[in-house]
Formats: sequence, structure tokens, C-alpha cells
Amino acid sequence: MSELRHVSLSPHIHAPTDTKTLMRCVLLSLLPAGVFGVWNFGWRALAVIALCAAVCVLTEFLYEKLMKLPVTVGDCSAAVTGVLLAYTLPATVPLWMAALGSVFAVLIVKMLFGGLGQNFMNPALAARCFLLISFGGAMTSYPAGVDGVTGATPLAVVKAGESVDLLTMLLGTHGGCIGEISAAAILIGGIYLCVRRVIAPRIPLVYIGSFVLSVTVISLLRGSGLPTGAFLLTQVCGGGLLLGAVFMATDYVTSPVTQGGQWIYAAFIGILTAVFRLLGSTAEGVSYAIVLGNILVPLIERMTMPKPFGVKKERAA
Amino acid sequence: MKTPLERLYNGIIKENPTFVLMLGMCPTLAVTTAAVNGLGMGLSTMVVLALSNLMISLLRRIIPDSVRMPAYIVIVASFVTVVQLLMQAFVGSLYDTLGIYIPLIVVNCIILGRAESYASKNPPIASLFDGIGMGLGFTGALTILGALRELIGNGTVFGLRLIPADFTVPIFVLAPGAFFVLAALTALQNKLKAPSATNRKDKKSCTACGGCTACQGGEEDDR
Repeated sequence: MSELRHVSLSPHIHAPTDTKTLMRCVLLSLLPAGVFGVWNFGWRALAVIALCAAVCVLTEFLYEKLMKLPVTVGDCSAAVTGVLLAYTLPATVPLWMAALGSVFAVLIVKMLFGGLGQNFMNPALAARCFLLISFGGAMTSYPAGVDGVTGATPLAVVKAGESVDLLTMLLGTHGGCIGEISAAAILIGGIYLCVRRVIAPRIPLVYIGSFVLSVTVISLLRGSGLPTGAFLLTQVCGGGLLLGAVFMATDYVTSPVTQGGQWIYAAFIGILTAVFRLLGSTAEGVSYAIVLGNILVPLIERMTMPKPFGVKKERAA
Repeated sequence: MKTPLERLYNGIIKENPTFVLMLGMCPTLAVTTAAVNGLGMGLSTMVVLALSNLMISLLRRIIPDSVRMPAYIVIVASFVTVVQLLMQAFVGSLYDTLGIYIPLIVVNCIILGRAESYASKNPPIASLFDGIGMGLGFTGALTILGALRELIGNGTVFGLRLIPADFTVPIFVLAPGAFFVLAALTALQNKLKAPSATNRKDKKSCTACGGCTACQGGEEDDR
């Protein structure tokens, strides 16, 4: 579904798939990560998720009412944005910040640019960046579990040069944002999406592959030798990389439609993520990497647009 | 058309340099982190603008057409130097905050734009008031921008605390905040259909515009 394979002459076959069913699939696939987040961080996490989703839907509804546009909240895309945004927030985030981020995501990034399909970057990630720039403190103090004790995230631990228990990484019983902690839960959702053909596995796999490769290259260039498997696994499972790779980098609107473009795009954000994480000042860099990739998508699509058969190659203008 | 009052109205509302002409964006976005910075930047630009408009208008028959740009720059730069030294002497803290943007008034496109499109063709008094009007429009816009950014980003306006520090959104005093606020205010100006050069109903009329040097002609919109 992530590429338009069958844009052809009529007859067009009517398929039951529409935005609403797709978005419901995405919501369903987000469920395991959310359940795990709530289990790990308590009801507070559920409150953040519910609030973000509700504010996103309400913002879209009010905007469309005020602007006298057809109301499109029924397609669930605003709810997906809200849930995705909540998953990228720590459970202890003040509720008004979460609400503000939701309004920013839907109103400024999505609706002002023309609504679903017109947003130039992923609304949830743009809102996360907005909140991260505004409230660096509240956005990066992560509770380790239900008890609310803040602890270092695995990425921060690895950046400090220590190692993390890998089983913890896979299950996700460690500090972090609500939806990003459990690699297993995200993978379940991702596999479900691939099976239902909502997303193609190309972007996530190329993203992670390019990330691992870039980490290795950076590690070698620094002269610290090949990175250990445990380090690589922590880097892949820790932070928002899996969540971003499965649910955000694959956003139809903000990823290229051409296959070649998807390779370039995914490889590019993989390299960026590795650079931000290893050479940047913070331990995390997934959101900035994907947002930057989103901005380059129109350019990538222009570069990789296939030439129709029989049409002579145009001279470069 | 050339009365002082009309010139003031034109500069503040109809052809507001920030919200309508979109000129001088660099200082507009960069220095408006607080209301007082916006006010200071606007006022210093206004002084330079009014005086250089007056001077250029007085010299408009003497300056040869082929070297008018260097001549304008020399005039503007002289006034900027005067303003800069005065600010350094009397309002040191503001001078330090505005920094490089004071000398950069020399290349502010509002000033060269008014010199080129108005002062070089019109009598001194009208040019002086054109400069004051444009300057006031610029000052007002920058002050509103600065006040809003300071209010949301820092919780204060002119240093007076209105919002508790816990509930501020600091991104608004950073670069992205400038774009957010400017976009919102410009949208508001368009929505309210304030009578302006870009908002007039009769699109073919050139009489209300005056920006003929940058314009392709009135029929552009209909093509």
C-alpha cells in the first residue's frame, strides 16, 4: 500500500480499504506498545495517551467547524497522531504540555497546511520536537517504572560507556517514553501492519540497516574498533528508533511514493540518527532525523520519479 | 496623496512594512525576543529612515541617476553611525542586546526601498513623513511581535510578569517562535481585511500602491 502500484487506466477496482480502515489498523497495531507502556508506567501513561488523542481529535473538529470545512475526524487520523505523540512523551510530562503539543501537531503542522495528506512533516514528531525544544527538562526526565523514580534511559547509559541488560531492552522494563520502551511490543505491531499490508517492511528495515551500518562506520572512524553486538542491539532497541522506524518513518504522507525514493529516504534518516546519537550532545536523535527526512521527501521524489515508457529523457533545464 | 497624515496612515496601516510589504524580515525575526528590543530596533530604524528619506529627497535633483545606490548607502550609513554612537552612549544595555542589527540598519531593505520608490521622487516634507510613517509601522509591528513572543515565551511584557514562569513556552523566544507569531499576525491582518496594498478589492488600481519599481503592473493578478 505504500506505493501506488496500480495507477492505470480504467476500469478501477473498488477495494474496501479507505483511510478509516487503515488508520484503525494502525491504532490496533499501536495497542501492544500502549498496553505495555501503561503496565510499566501506571495509569498516568494512560491519561497522557487519552488526553493527547482527545485533544488532537477535538482540535481537528473545532478547526473544521470554525473554518466551515467538512469534518474529517471520523477517519481516525487525528487519533493516530495523538496516540503517536503520547507514545513519544515521558509518562510524567505535565498534562498541559501534552495538550499543547497535541494542538500544535494538528492545528499548525496538519490543518494549516491543508489537512490529512498535505502536512509536510509528521505531525506527531513535529510536535515532539516542538515540546523538546520548549521544555527540555520535562521532556527528558524519564520515570523508570510505576514508582515514578527517574532513571537514566538505556541510551544515556550506553552513551556513558556502560552496558545494559539485553533482556530488559527487549521487554522494555526500563526508563523512556511511554510507547518506545518495549521493542517486543512495537515489533508485534509492526509485523501486524506488514501482514495487513498497511506498511511495506522496506522503510523500517532499510532505516535500521542503515543506522547499524552508520554506527559501525562511525565507531571505526573514531578508532574504537567494531562495536559489540550488545551495543548495537541496545542502540536499535533503545530510544525511539523502533517506534520511529515502524510507525513514523512509514507515514504515507511524509515518505516517498517511489521505491527508490524510499531506499534513499530510509537510508538518509538512518545515517542522520546515528550521527545525532553518537556525535550529537544528546542521547536521542530519532525525531529530528525523521523530521529532517520528511522535509527532503519532495526533493527525493523528484529525483526518483520513474520515466514513463517511451518518453524521451528530458534535457536538464 | 502627499499630505503628511496620509503618509503616516500609509506607513502604519496600508503599507505596513512588516505585515504587508514583508520587508526588513531579518531584524524583524531576529531581535523581537522581547518587547523592549522590538521597540528599540523599531525606533532606531525610524530615526534613520526619516532622516535619510529627508536627506535623499533634498538631494534628489543633485544625485546622478547612475550612482544613486552608492549615494543612498553613504547617506544611510552616516545616519546609522550617528544613531549607533548615540545608542552606545545613552542606552548601552539595549545597544548590547541589539548588537550587529544596529549597523545592519544600513542594508535594511525598508530604508533603501523607501529611498528608491518614494524619497527620490517626492518633496522633502512628504518624504520625511513617509519615513516617519513607515518607521512607526515598523516599530509597532516589531513591538507587537516582541510583546507576544516575550509574553508566551517568557511570561512577561516589558519585564512585567503576567504568566507564571512554570507555564511559559520558551520556544517562542527562540527562532521558530518568531515565525509562528509573524505568520499568525500576518494571517490575522489578511483575515481582518485591513485596508492594505495587498488587500484592496480593486486589484487593477495602481494609485494606492506606490511600489511601482517592484511591481509588474496591475494586470498581473488576472493573468
